[in-house]
Amino acid sequence: MNTLTEKTVLDFVYAEARMLDEQRFDDWLQLFTDDGYYWMPLTHNQPDPRLHTSLLYEDKLLLQVRIERLHGKRTFSQQPHSRSHHLLQLPTVESMDAAKGEAVVRTAFHYVETRVDEQQLYAGWVTHTLVMQDGVLKIKLKKVELVNCDAAFGNIQLFM
Amino acid sequence: MSKYRNNPAAVRALVRETEVHKDAYIDQEVFDLEMEQVFTNSWVYVGHASQIPNKGDYYTTTVGDQPVVMVRHSDDSIKVLHNRCPHKGVKVAGEGCGNTGKFFRCPYHAWTFKTDGSLLSIPLKNGYTDTGFESCEASHGMAAVKNVQVYRDFVFCRLANEGISFEEFFGDSLTTIDNMVDRSPVGKLEVAGGVLRYINNCNWKMLVDNQTDTCHPMVAHESSAGTAVDVWKRAPEGTPKPMAVELFAPFASPYEFFEKMGIRVWPNGHGHTGVSDSIHADYSAIPDYWEAMVANYGEDRAKQILGECRHNTVYFPNMTMKGPIQAMRVFKPLGPGKTLVESWTFRLVGAPDILLERTLMYTRLINAPTSVVAHDDTEMYERAQEVLHSRGRDWVNLQRLYDGSEQPDVSTVTNGTNEWQMRNQMRAWVKFMGPAAKAE
Repeated sequence: MNTLTEKTVLDFVYAEARMLDEQRFDDWLQLFTDDGYYWMPLTHNQPDPRLHTSLLYEDKLLLQVRIERLHGKRTFSQQPHSRSHHLLQLPTVESMDAAKGEAVVRTAFHYVETRVDEQQLYAGWVTHTLVMQDGVLKIKLKKVELVNCDAAFGNIQLFM
Repeated sequence: MSKYRNNPAAVRALVRETEVHKDAYIDQEVFDLEMEQVFTNSWVYVGHASQIPNKGDYYTTTVGDQPVVMVRHSDDSIKVLHNRCPHKGVKVAGEGCGNTGKFFRCPYHAWTFKTDGSLLSIPLKNGYTDTGFESCEASHGMAAVKNVQVYRDFVFCRLANEGISFEEFFGDSLTTIDNMVDRSPVGKLEVAGGVLRYINNCNWKMLVDNQTDTCHPMVAHESSAGTAVDVWKRAPEGTPKPMAVELFAPFASPYEFFEKMGIRVWPNGHGHTGVSDSIHADYSAIPDYWEAMVANYGEDRAKQILGECRHNTVYFPNMTMKGPIQAMRVFKPLGPGKTLVESWTFRLVGAPDILLERTLMYTRLINAPTSVVAHDDTEMYERAQEVLHSRGRDWVNLQRLYDGSEQPDVSTVTNGTNEWQMRNQMRAWVKFMGPAAKAE
């Protein structure tokens, strides 16, 4: 049984990024609570994912679709596959309530997504809202704020 | 020596009845001629009046390759100005939108212009006395686009001073705009929810072509829509169908569905899929919305408005509209192999918020740079752009269900997998190339 400490929270953030870079997507999805969301706002300080559009605002079902699609034989935009690399700055714990089992942690990152000869660099901040469920740390919300969230992008196909 | 400039016969020869030559998609000279002719001689979408509600509000954009600013003038009319200072050529209104007050002020030398473009003042103006300044083009200020038309708050312009009228150009195709606006219980739309911007490394015409391509969803989107349906099938029985599944699933419909839904073509390159049925026809009813519609329109009229299920309406040359989901895309050409896709979304004024939420979810799931549906479309366009220069074949084929008696510039309804609308667009392309494509 894990206890909520600064170390467990930081270890979690690093391990999550590594999971994505190693393309262990099925394991990664299990990190989310059943009501968890992955959110990439479209504008700076965007307060609302419902009545303002976002780059991504996906629940577990949509993330599941995304992951199963990545495995599909007829997923043409992934032939050949993309790869990713996360470079994380030391995360900062914004708030932690060990008794309730809740923590909010913010991490600056550089993210590289490549596909054959193309390489794209993205930079931003990720804020994890984490909760302890049955002794396991889970993601309730992963919010990815790009420094240029309102720029015109080409395909972004994996997870930041 | 140029291959296409000053060679109208060569330009005309790029478009056959059922085939388009690869150069129409990859050649820089053809692209330049498109900007000078097609995007100048036709009526092009500029923006929406709700973006500039107050006097002095402005929005900067492009028409073809021309930088323009759309602004609310002091008499409340909407002006479209070429966004270039007549002095040293600086972009006057900065990127995006804002309020400029009673006049624009160039940030370089503080020349000011009224919101109709006319020159208001120049610092140290006596430096121009007796210089013949009055006869210079600079004295006329920022160039205003003469032909601007606001139709139910949608702003279009024709850059060419002379040419086809707005009414003749669009004709009955305006019924798609009508239907989208009428879906508001008070007959009013507002741009809402932000704009998604997406770079596709392909020619703008590929995106337009795709709008009425009904033989690709079950192939290219099997990986996304098909997977969504599969994942949903495994949900425990009795789970309410999520909105996302409702939006995804119709993309996986079989050929028969698309054949039956029909395609309508109109003169001048406009047309739409989804005449009798469409991927937008079967969304869940929204509580309180129907009541609001009936209260305003009466039951019969409300039923008629909401019964319209048009899928993609192409407004030639580069705008496409989805009335039933209140979304619009503009394909902004940046070069022969580069296009900026803007996805705009609208709030139906007087309707429940959940309609906007659905619109935004749709556009995020289907049209965003992060969309699993768009990923496969873009992959196809970019693969085409990459290899179209191949000398193995020279033509792109638009022949499906072609009938030798097919006439240009007619209004008709046909089979939903007919490529008539693609041919219709290319016939309009030749027409609006004007003198650059006049047959000998």
